[in-house]
Amino acid sequence: MSATAAALNRPAVRAPRGLIGGVLALIFCVAVARFAPDQGYILNILMQASTYAIAVVGLVVVLGYCGQISIAQAAFMGVGAYGVALGTVDYGLNFFVALLCGMALAGALGLLLGVASLRLGGHYLAMVTISFQQILTLVLINWVSLSHGPDGVRNIRRPMLFGISFEQGNTFLGLCLFVLALVAILVWRLRTARLGRAMQAVRDNELAAGTCGIDVFRTKIVAFGLSAVIGGLGGGLFAGGFRFISPDQFSFAESIVLLTMALLGGVQSPFGAMLGTGLLVILPEWLRFLRQVYLAVYGAAVILIMVFLPDGLWGFVAERMRRRARPITTAAPPLPLLSRTGGETEEKVLDVRGLAKHFGGLKALDGVDLAVRRGTVHALIGPNGSGKSTFINVVTGLYRPTAGRIAFAGRDITRLSPHQRNRAGLARTFQNIRVFRGLTVLENVMIGAERQGNDVAGDQAVVERALGALDFVGLRGDAHRMVGTLSYGHQRYVEIARALAGSPEAILLDEPAAGLNMTEKQELGDLLRRLKGHGLTILIIDHDMNLVERVADHITVLNFGRRIADGVKRDVLSNPDVIAAYLGEPRRDDAA
Amino acid sequence: MAILPQLLFTGIGIGAIYALVALGFVLLIRAANVVNFGQGEFAMLGAYLLVIFYNLLHFPYWLAILLGVVLMAGFGVVFAGATYWPLRFRGGLPVIISTIGASIFLENMVLVTYGPASEQVDGLFDNPGFEVGPVFVDSQYLSIIVIAALLVALQYLIFERTLLGKKLQAVSQDKEMAALLGIPVALMVLITFAYSAALGGIAGILVGPILFVSTSMAGLIALKAFAANIIGGYGSIPGAILGGLALGVVETLGAAYISVPYKDAFAFLMLLLFLMVRPQGLFGERIAEKA
Repeated sequence: MSATAAALNRPAVRAPRGLIGGVLALIFCVAVARFAPDQGYILNILMQASTYAIAVVGLVVVLGYCGQISIAQAAFMGVGAYGVALGTVDYGLNFFVALLCGMALAGALGLLLGVASLRLGGHYLAMVTISFQQILTLVLINWVSLSHGPDGVRNIRRPMLFGISFEQGNTFLGLCLFVLALVAILVWRLRTARLGRAMQAVRDNELAAGTCGIDVFRTKIVAFGLSAVIGGLGGGLFAGGFRFISPDQFSFAESIVLLTMALLGGVQSPFGAMLGTGLLVILPEWLRFLRQVYLAVYGAAVILIMVFLPDGLWGFVAERMRRRARPITTAAPPLPLLSRTGGETEEKVLDVRGLAKHFGGLKALDGVDLAVRRGTVHALIGPNGSGKSTFINVVTGLYRPTAGRIAFAGRDITRLSPHQRNRAGLARTFQNIRVFRGLTVLENVMIGAERQGNDVAGDQAVVERALGALDFVGLRGDAHRMVGTLSYGHQRYVEIARALAGSPEAILLDEPAAGLNMTEKQELGDLLRRLKGHGLTILIIDHDMNLVERVADHITVLNFGRRIADGVKRDVLSNPDVIAAYLGEPRRDDAA
Repeated sequence: MAILPQLLFTGIGIGAIYALVALGFVLLIRAANVVNFGQGEFAMLGAYLLVIFYNLLHFPYWLAILLGVVLMAGFGVVFAGATYWPLRFRGGLPVIISTIGASIFLENMVLVTYGPASEQVDGLFDNPGFEVGPVFVDSQYLSIIVIAALLVALQYLIFERTLLGKKLQAVSQDKEMAALLGIPVALMVLITFAYSAALGGIAGILVGPILFVSTSMAGLIALKAFAANIIGGYGSIPGAILGGLALGVVETLGAAYISVPYKDAFAFLMLLLFLMVRPQGLFGERIAEKA
């Protein structure tokens, strides 16, 4: 492992910082446990801030990383809190056992809600979480024999652990702060871990995430469940901290408060979440003179935050503190970019038979056959509306075919979802660029390299493979820039590198020359020729006949959803039907 | 089950309220792709305007209603300017959150100026109602049903028979294309906000005499209307109406035959059930994102 590569490996740099942070946090917690007041007003404020902050850090996972709106975090807190309260008071359980039960129940309910709604859009999730919130409140108020009803639960016990009693208010606060620090560090680390990257990819572009091999549905469910468990944890500690809970503490209004805390502080970072929570717990105490209009100010603040601080306070600060990304200039050792090479063979990597796709009465594809042989560049051309894009979307699993069969690398993939097709080795790029805008160039390509079925393992290898792919498209020096700061043409290269990093069996390029200028088209042509030189199997859709003539071995022509020509390049381009489709029918007198 | 017809009548009356509010939701979803969590506050404000003009200023009842509806339409434009306009290019989530903020703001501003006590306000007719066989037909519920039906008919006429309606539909289907054809998209969106707020106001004015007027009167109505909208089929106008009526009936029957304390839970349970079994709702169609 070269020193350069090690320096580029961001988790390796961050681990000691996390460790130092952890040790500092531990010292801080012990100091608080020792010196904070044992009871009273200040303690209550701190207790509330620390337990709420845990729940709000949970929102960072689901809303910040994964981009799914949840308006039920107070309900998940409530489940955790009632787990601890009823567990210790009514059933005589150990505090930590009760806490785990509450967290598990919160997680299970979170997963259940997720399964019910996450296949649908964000507003459904908002509504479903609100419904859950309302039902839970009604149950807590009305199921008196279980929940003690609207009066709430009193005399909740605090725990013992390793011979240390957390009976005192200040020691329990120390415990809460310690848990908060732990959760915050874990969530912070999650951002640069594989799962966290997948969540952010889902947030930035669901379709592209799916075609990069990420199981979008599963990723969302995991984010939702994780957030619910963390909410339950915050709630359980809240119950221990205040020793008394009642249903109104976990109502819809509280969920909104938690959401506002996350948004105000900055939902992209656990530190932002803690900052927002601290401010909104303390602020009302400072704004006591506003008592009457406090909530109104609160509501107005939500709008103002959305308008003026879209990334929250932390995001605002972080944006200004962001160090200029240093370009990577050192040369990397040559990397084996494409693991599946070996020249042209007769094997059909992609074999499509009788593919049809009807939208209502419109036959976008009407029984198309197409076979791409290994190691060839196959071009699919045709006039506008001839069904080219529909073809690629059906083949990559974004649309379900009306009829027909798709075989890929010897497997029938007709019924597979997009991420399963990617895992089988099918990669693609999009006509309208779909990169993950919240991530850096390198992180974008790492997602490609993390394709299941790719031959790299471990963080280090993934980074190296991603850098190798970036090297191939000439963007290695921009690896640490945010992808949105690149030019349009370079973003397209990032997409291509993302596909290449997964060492696919075949790559489908959907109009890669669209929107590029002359120089960029020239460069793209060179890049495709180099890829062809490596023996990669390519299916390219494009209008640009220059490009197609330069790179293609084999051409298929579509018109009105039907195949009108298929064969080697020269035969197809001189085929009269093809010329007619592109240039129109010759007039009779001309033909004569 | 002599009370069944009575329950059905009441359920349809309540359902008509949900349907009216749901209609406002659907229009905004279609025209501006906005999920407006402030829809309930439109109803609350409408009811308070009636209280102000009729109870306090002693205007004639019809004038109070007229002023209320007109002011609500104007308020819809202001609401759009504050919550939708600055965020219109940033996707759905920021707008959802800002409408939530607006709903908290409005509820609490009214609370501050008006206090927590609920107000009583007269219904449309002095006569409380009449009997038809075993059913007591409450005049306010009957007016709700009739007015809701009239508004739906009016809306159908506007959308299907006028140029304005065609433009509104064009904007809801494809803003870019509509703009290219010279339709003033911004104006159409503002009209939709105004109309949606007016609809909410009418719902509040109609339900005020039944529920009493308070700051919290409409929060649950709006949530249930949104549930109705999903049950009927997200973004579908007939779906919103049918979903609203169905919710009203289910809830009333549920309260009568199953449990009163859990009355408010039935709507949400029904929503969860629908999402699991038939997520596209009664009239919805699955919409796939274009690659």
